Amino acid sequence: MAGKIATRTAYGEALVELAPEYPELVVLDADLSGATKTNSFAKAFPERFFDCGIAECNMTGIAAGMATTGLKPFCNSFAMFTAGRAYEQVRNSVAYPGLNVKIVGSHGGVSVGEDGATHQCIEDFALMRAIPGMTVLCPCDGNEMKKAVEALLNYDGPAYMRLQRSDSEIFTDELDGYDFRIGKGVCVRDGKDVTIIATGLMVGRAIKAAEILEGKGISARVIDMHTIKPLDEEIVLKAASETGCIVTSEEHSVIGGLGEAVCGLVSEKCPVPVLRHGVMDEFGRSGKAEEVLQYYGLSCEKIAEMAEKAVSLKK
Amino acid sequence: MEKLSERELRLMAAKGRLMAVDAIHEAASGHPGGSLSCMDILSVLYFDEMNIRPDEPNWEDRDRFVLSKGHCAPALYSMLALKGYFPKEDLKLLRSIKGHMSGHPDMVNVKGIDMSTGSLGQGLSAAVGMAVSAKLKGKDYRTYAVCGDGEIDEGQIWEAAMAAAKWKLDNLCAFVDVNGLQIDGKTQDVMPTEPLDEKFKAFNWHVIKIDGHDYADIRSALREARETKGQPTAIIAATTKGKGVSFMENQAGWHGKAPGDEQFEIAENELMAQIKELEVQ
Repeated sequence: MAGKIATRTAYGEALVELAPEYPELVVLDADLSGATKTNSFAKAFPERFFDCGIAECNMTGIAAGMATTGLKPFCNSFAMFTAGRAYEQVRNSVAYPGLNVKIVGSHGGVSVGEDGATHQCIEDFALMRAIPGMTVLCPCDGNEMKKAVEALLNYDGPAYMRLQRSDSEIFTDELDGYDFRIGKGVCVRDGKDVTIIATGLMVGRAIKAAEILEGKGISARVIDMHTIKPLDEEIVLKAASETGCIVTSEEHSVIGGLGEAVCGLVSEKCPVPVLRHGVMDEFGRSGKAEEVLQYYGLSCEKIAEMAEKAVSLKK
Repeated sequence: MEKLSERELRLMAAKGRLMAVDAIHEAASGHPGGSLSCMDILSVLYFDEMNIRPDEPNWEDRDRFVLSKGHCAPALYSMLALKGYFPKEDLKLLRSIKGHMSGHPDMVNVKGIDMSTGSLGQGLSAAVGMAVSAKLKGKDYRTYAVCGDGEIDEGQIWEAAMAAAKWKLDNLCAFVDVNGLQIDGKTQDVMPTEPLDEKFKAFNWHVIKIDGHDYADIRSALREARETKGQPTAIIAATTKGKGVSFMENQAGWHGKAPGDEQFEIAENELMAQIKELEVQ
């Protein structure tokens, strides 16, 4: 596959590609189909596409009702609005009855860029993770995204998936033995001194950070944690015991996301130093995507710096 | 299945009222006022209107029902028990840690519930989803919802109303149980919602105003809804909160309060008298 593509674009393509094979798939959007990339599905399968207007709470409820009849609805808008604005509908109308609705949050994180803080959701993992029984995904590249969409179509239950706005390198298609399974992290690079557990956009940066660290004589393992919940306990505990320290990296608040999920597990079952890399307790801001990412330290250099610190904390 | 007479439908509602108040008394918790106000509507839906199979609760082609005002679960649970979805004794487990009869409708654990509700304003959207599915799949089942006149303060109701009209959901019929009261007092004081008929008309719904305790009214409105093509129907039903129990009628204070032993005895006597009267006719 190689090349660059935004996961939202891969997602939109996957919906169209998978639609003939999954007749129960229906797609809902809230007046953002151009941005969420569901517009190709809308064009190809107009009778299975439902534009609910700028009313995300209602869209979520409609999807819940559809799911009770056996359809497989995918609800789309920006992460801020599907996971944020419609949080309570996701909790009470979808997750509580265990309905087979996929909540999709495009434009997650600060790499939304120019739109600024009101549209940069850095709390979606925290919100969705806190809901009992909710599955939470954040694929790292276009190849992984397509596999995730198919996996979600075969998963019966409520789930949330974050998409990103900006383009990123596709690399998972070239990994030996790569296999996408919900709840199973992927070791994309082995190492023995420290493990970087990253999700979404940060996986590519974590790999670059590992290269920087290599130059400094530090061997870093990198794990692509596309499933934030349920967390792959096996791969995390193996990393904790084998490398002795961990850095988590996510384009999300350090509160409530991947970092705290890993901290919770490691502190209970295999205590080692864990440093959380992400957005500190603050809102995003406007700027070009890469400028904003750098502003909040969501860079490979910062990951490498934190990995060095983690290594120094080892006993 | 043989249709029930109006007297028999009234009898079901009277029995349902007693079961609901009994369950709330037993639980020492629950919402009697609104449960009693919508009971006649539910009786007609469950025993006259809806095409359902109690022995096959998940039958694909069944008519759907969503109690959007989910706190009135005791009314719905009573109707489902009377219909034969589960034993009447289950009502004794309402709101109890010992059982599965949750304080608000729970589709996972209670047979016959088509949608879990309770957080106000959300049920109508789910009903829209069910009705849209029927259109998409070419099914001719109908979807019914009951909303509260306090509940419709929630903006999501009006989002759902717009969507139902957009997709011309003539297979959807929503009641608004206008008992005029909500927790903090009269709906017109807490948040004025009238003119409700004009509002739903403006949202492109077919609107019928009825007396929500008049069986001829309820049945003819449902017939009219079935015959209405190209738009959803809203039945604006004027009701009395606490209907059937003298001291609860028109009292906002009985929205979410259980009767004590002495109060229950009075209520039981009144409702038993109504049942007896309907049985001997």
